[in-house]
Amino acid sequence: MELLETDLRDLGHVNAPDGFAERVLAAVGIAPRTPDTYAEVETSLGVVHVAWNSEGISALRAAGTAGEFERWFISRLGRPVARVEVPPDRLARQVSGAIAGLDRRLRFDLTRLGPFEQDVLRKTAEIPRGEVRSYAWVAREIGRPRAVRAVGTALGNNPIPYLIPCHRVVRSDGTLGQYSAGGTNAKRAILQQEGVDAGWLEMLAGNGARFIGSRTTQVFCVPTCSHARRIKAPNRVFLRDEREARGAGYRPCSRCRPIAS
Amino acid sequence: MGSERDEELTRALAVDPVGGFEALVYAYQHRLYAFSLAMSGEPMDAEEIAQDTFMRAHVALSRYPSERIVVLKLNAWLHQIALNVFRNRARRRKLRLVPLDPDTLIADSAAGPERQALSRAALRELANLVSGLPEHQRAAVVLRCVQGMTYAEVAALLGQPEGTIKASVHRGLQTLKRRAGALSEVS
Repeated sequence: MELLETDLRDLGHVNAPDGFAERVLAAVGIAPRTPDTYAEVETSLGVVHVAWNSEGISALRAAGTAGEFERWFISRLGRPVARVEVPPDRLARQVSGAIAGLDRRLRFDLTRLGPFEQDVLRKTAEIPRGEVRSYAWVAREIGRPRAVRAVGTALGNNPIPYLIPCHRVVRSDGTLGQYSAGGTNAKRAILQQEGVDAGWLEMLAGNGARFIGSRTTQVFCVPTCSHARRIKAPNRVFLRDEREARGAGYRPCSRCRPIAS
Repeated sequence: MGSERDEELTRALAVDPVGGFEALVYAYQHRLYAFSLAMSGEPMDAEEIAQDTFMRAHVALSRYPSERIVVLKLNAWLHQIALNVFRNRARRRKLRLVPLDPDTLIADSAAGPERQALSRAALRELANLVSGLPEHQRAAVVLRCVQGMTYAEVAALLGQPEGTIKASVHRGLQTLKRRAGALSEVS
């Protein structure tokens, strides 16, 4: 009986014939978007697999073989991806440039992800290089202040890491938090490379300093905001929380919007 | 299919009917095809049943308000539609019984002590065997053993008490085992 039951389970893993989904979509009048293709791209992280379609870049993975990439893609995004040997020139330059830290405007295809996931990823894509924000900040910015955990889950499932910089989202207590692409140490390394001193952030949080204010402008920021880093040491003041900052007459920075953190 | 993924899908369907439906088709195509194949035993029928299921789902979703879409239990809902499609077809064909012709059946010669996954041909034979079960047993066996639903889920879907479902699954499996045994003796 056990053998039979295992066989029956196999029957449940039969795949629909090739092109079946496309035929269904055509039958209900939904025009297929161009199928996803992927290629290897050389970057400062090494060779990565990048997938794209007519809407933009749809996935990236830094580790693993081509076969692993294909299996991961279909399980994560629910559709197949076809390999091409040479990536389009422009795409390869955009991807390697963005990973190397050049300012590149990339288009992403997030359309088949859930709306919450899309909001989280688009918001995360706004965090500048060299800066970090908290999970709570992302949750607040997208209008779902209580969904902090769900933000973490969405970022853990980020299909386009590095290009959508989920590594720039850290915990409110100053520790780095999870990183699905290689753990906390990998997160620390990539932030370090971007000029973020994780040890300093942890030290600040450990001392109960969440914000940095400027005595001259009376503005307070998250510690990694580029405005905060321009404050000269004698004018710099460390602030515990929003209440303390407001009480001392400080206004939140309009660039890093710190009260969302 | 995780229920988290289902929730993502229903939310996507509620806000973006086109993109959401596309995602639904890619997420469920294999599952519904496998269900249809196990129920009908015929690849051609299976494709038609699965396609019909998606088309009916599409029509239904276009009529549902978004509050209804977000609370849909997608997995059960789609299987329910597929089951209805299957039953309607079977009724139209006056319950054509799938003949079990031993000559066309291929025994899995590789079945040694270390079990290998069934070949495509062997899976077709197995589907054929399953589709020969009486309908009430077949639906219970397929939903429970092929699609991996819990007894509670199957009971809710078929509108029968859990005890009845358990008995149907048990009897169905015994019949299958007997027939599978008879087949391998013949070949």
